[in-house]
Amino acid sequence: MKKRMIVCLVLFMIGVFSFIDGRGQVVYGFSDQVVQHGATGDDVVELQARLQYLGFYNGNIDGVFGWGTYWALRNFQYEFGMDIDGLLGEQAKQKLVKASEFDRSFVHEQIDQGKKFTYYGGVDKNKQSEETPSKSEDGSGKQQEGQTPEQEQQPDGEQQPAEQPEAAEEDLEPAAVNMPQGFSQNDIQIMANAVYGEARGEPYEGQVAVAAVILNRVESSTFPNTVSGVIFEPRAFTAVSDGQIWLTPNDRAKSAVLDAINGWDPTGEALYYFNPDTATSGWIWSRPQIKRIGKHIFCM
Amino acid sequence: MVRWILITLLSLGIIGVSVWGYQEHQEKNAILIQAENSYQRSFHDLTYNIDLLHDKIGSTLAMNTKKQLSPQLAEIWRLTSMAHNDVGQLPLTLLPFNKTEEFLQQMGDFSYRTAVRDLDTEPLSDDELDALESLYEMSGDIEHELRKVQNMVLNDNLRWMDVQLALVNNDEQADNTIIDGFQTVEKTVEGYAEGKLQSGILGTSSKKDGYTMLGNNKISEEDAMKKMRSLLNIDKDTDLVVASTGDGAKVPLFSGSFEQDEKTGYIDITQNGGYPITVMINREVADSDISLHHAMQKAEEYVKQLDFGENLVLVESNQYDNVGVFQFVPEYDDVWIYPDAIQVKVALDNGEVLGFVAKDYLENTHERDIPEPELSDEEARENVNPNLEIQEHHLAIMEDDMGEEVLTYVHLGTLNHDTYKIFIDAADGKEVRVDKLKQAEIKY
Repeated sequence: MKKRMIVCLVLFMIGVFSFIDGRGQVVYGFSDQVVQHGATGDDVVELQARLQYLGFYNGNIDGVFGWGTYWALRNFQYEFGMDIDGLLGEQAKQKLVKASEFDRSFVHEQIDQGKKFTYYGGVDKNKQSEETPSKSEDGSGKQQEGQTPEQEQQPDGEQQPAEQPEAAEEDLEPAAVNMPQGFSQNDIQIMANAVYGEARGEPYEGQVAVAAVILNRVESSTFPNTVSGVIFEPRAFTAVSDGQIWLTPNDRAKSAVLDAINGWDPTGEALYYFNPDTATSGWIWSRPQIKRIGKHIFCM
Repeated sequence: MVRWILITLLSLGIIGVSVWGYQEHQEKNAILIQAENSYQRSFHDLTYNIDLLHDKIGSTLAMNTKKQLSPQLAEIWRLTSMAHNDVGQLPLTLLPFNKTEEFLQQMGDFSYRTAVRDLDTEPLSDDELDALESLYEMSGDIEHELRKVQNMVLNDNLRWMDVQLALVNNDEQADNTIIDGFQTVEKTVEGYAEGKLQSGILGTSSKKDGYTMLGNNKISEEDAMKKMRSLLNIDKDTDLVVASTGDGAKVPLFSGSFEQDEKTGYIDITQNGGYPITVMINREVADSDISLHHAMQKAEEYVKQLDFGENLVLVESNQYDNVGVFQFVPEYDDVWIYPDAIQVKVALDNGEVLGFVAKDYLENTHERDIPEPELSDEEARENVNPNLEIQEHHLAIMEDDMGEEVLTYVHLGTLNHDTYKIFIDAADGKEVRVDKLKQAEIKY
């Protein structure tokens, strides 16, 4: 008898716990990490959705903690009487969760399918999502229907659709990415092409160095003032002349470019580099040399 | 019989091959002509723009009304930029043509600065008029030389493709008329640069020498290696290849690199003082387990342990896939020192610091006398566009367009969906700069 009671109790407890657990996941989706400006990922999606639900956030729910999200979070913290620090900590999470709802599967599905959508509280969800994913639309097209009054300050055409996200099963692929000031993904792609064509056999620092030289040239007064101008300057890079620039770059080349843009310059502000084994021009040898990285000598 | 069949087959083959060869030849020629034409276009554009530039500078000198002067100078600025662009499209990279390009850039900077200046309150000074006069002369000489080259190109049907070939093969350089012509241009400009032109007036942002904090204490290579090992976190079993920099380096450095199975690293340490200037560790970072916030704390700890400033404030934090990149600046008495920036890169899988740059810090940091702001925050705010909603502000030292350090109020404000950083001079309330802060970019 006793045994049976214990078993019953245990079963009951398990039931209760799993119930709490199951509910907990629905209501409380945030991880226990502190989220700050510049972060990306699921926590940011949830933060944006919840802030939008409460009417603080009017931008895209794209999973990147940008300035719009930052100010929205600060306003929220102000309205709810918290310390205004723009950080999503424990207290802010609890208050957010208490005040708003978050339908994870709905939001993630929208992002996955690349639909334009909003997530305002008190509005029928289906009205906040566009009918079909608009792949060709350039963002100036139709605005989402069912807007709430708070949304009216939103200028038309500001919201762009999150287009063609890579289909992801478990982890949500963010619809947007952080980019360094003044550069787009395409600029980085062009530079990665050049770096890969010029220095794919080089060590990582050698690739960062080549990217840094491109950027140093953009800064310099004796070279064109754009990235593409520098790269496609006739005879400037052998990889451009012989077409190796059109090889598909790997991720390493891309992260080397990103590092260079973010300020890493192992060359010591070099403007030229050459491979001493193949260099044909005598003039290049007359430049003051800075250092050698991998196979390349970098010079002023 | 067999013989005839063979003969027919062979002759058919020969005809086929020659038709194919002819077509290839035609195609190649077409492409060559196209390339040649685009070079020719840039070259003739260049001479035309220099012509125009010369004339415009001349009419600026003859001009009296200030109202007309500003648009004229703006026109000069436009022409220099176009000429600069044309030079960039010619195959001159291997040819020393820097001085001429520098001249164009300086001319552009000078005319821009004077064009945007209020010439009613601050008319052209005598020095500036002198400078303009010598620029007029100089552009005249360049024009003359380029005209000569252009004339030869047109009369003798010279081809830019030959220039390209000559530059590649190097040894024939002496024979090529175009190259000779451009070298004469370069020499003309060089002569001016040494003599008549005072660079003080034309001078673009004259960067100070910098690196004053390094001191004169040279460290030995052994000490440098020890330091590198501790900074890169590698033990004695890993090979560390060390080299020192050559003549071209602004500051002498020791550079070290190592290679492990899944990890490579690179480091630069100044020979004077032994400060780390660049640290790079490259390895696969497959997932992000810690938050960006946690990574930022790691980065902060790392910088503090290196003795770079006491108080650091975070200016920027960004997550790129599975790494976090942070930019810090030092803070003294609530003033943020923007020129002394330090960047740190942290892996989000275990919080290891993967990169560190202190170039800006080492180059710019020096003993500063930070003046008291003459305006109050409210007074400064009056100079901000009233449409902006100001969210945050702080005092900061920043570099203006001329490369001078000024004390400013930095206001962070929003206009519609965008966030802007507005720098207001704390002494006179001038709007020094407005930066639009980057939003996340949609994935295409």
